[in-house]
Amino acid sequence: MTLKDVAEILEADVIADADDLNITIKNACSADMMSAVLYYHTPDSLLITGLTQPHVIRTAEIAGIKSIVFVLDKKPGDDIIALARQKKIPILCTRFCMYTASGKLYAAGLPGCLFK
Amino acid sequence: MDETIEGSFQIIGGNFANAGEASMQLKSKLVELGIDEAIIRRAAIATFEAEMNVIIYAAAGRLQYYITPHEVTIKIDDMGPGIENIELAMQEGYSTAPDWVREMGWGAGMGLPNMKKNSDEFKIDSVVGEGTTVKMIIHFS
Ligand SMILES: Nc1ncnc2c1ncn2[C@@H]1O[C@H](COP(=O)(O)OP(=O)(O)O)[C@@H](O)[C@H]1O
Ligand SMILES: [Mg+2]
Repeated sequence: MTLKDVAEILEADVIADADDLNITIKNACSADMMSAVLYYHTPDSLLITGLTQPHVIRTAEIAGIKSIVFVLDKKPGDDIIALARQKKIPILCTRFCMYTASGKLYAAGLPGCLFK
Repeated sequence: MDETIEGSFQIIGGNFANAGEASMQLKSKLVELGIDEAIIRRAAIATFEAEMNVIIYAAAGRLQYYITPHEVTIKIDDMGPGIENIELAMQEGYSTAPDWVREMGWGAGMGLPNMKKNSDEFKIDSVVGEGTTVKMIIHFS
């Protein structure tokens, strides 16, 4: 599905350029532990997380994550938004919790990322 | 390239705001050299985990890298508490990270296993009360 589909399903606010919504998302992983994101094979994935800190953006870049969803209405700070823009990683913010956000996307056909 | 390309980067303990900068520098260098994307990702992940351990556990440390046409050697050494039982520390899920570190998303006990998994050669040396050195080599083919 496209990032636009993800944004619609999660009724999310988008912090990104309009073009970014056309990117294709093939799978997703939900995690608050950054080492889990780094451990599992997540290139081209969507990351669903409750953590809003700059090193989440850097972890995403290093792991090859395409886009990040912040759950539970967490609003990322200006420093994070600036870093995400610089690294060209679109951000979505949803009011749903991690479980519900993951479930909605899974039900819509987005599989989990390949583990190990 | 026929010479060795070297670089180094200081890492300051507790500096979470800049976490990842050392690894990003190595990553950019490898991108610049046109190294295969999957290999760059392995190098960046392994370096990032090592960098995080310096930030979490040590007072200060340093990343040094050496890139030849065939491989990248990554060395991260720190001035810190050292590791008493390396075998235990290498186990998946073992972590002494305090709660506040866990709340920031680190301390899953997967860092050292992840470094080992992503490198072709992995060596860790540690002296309690002095510090820790991790050396990793990743081949380009
Ligand atoms: N550079 C270091 N200095 C001191 N202790 C370390 C260092 N690196 C790792 N350790 C110890 O080894 C444990 C396991 O490390 P790691 O696998 O990276 O997991 P985590 O950092 O998530 O705890 C740490 O909890 C810590 O006790
Ligand atoms: Mg660690």
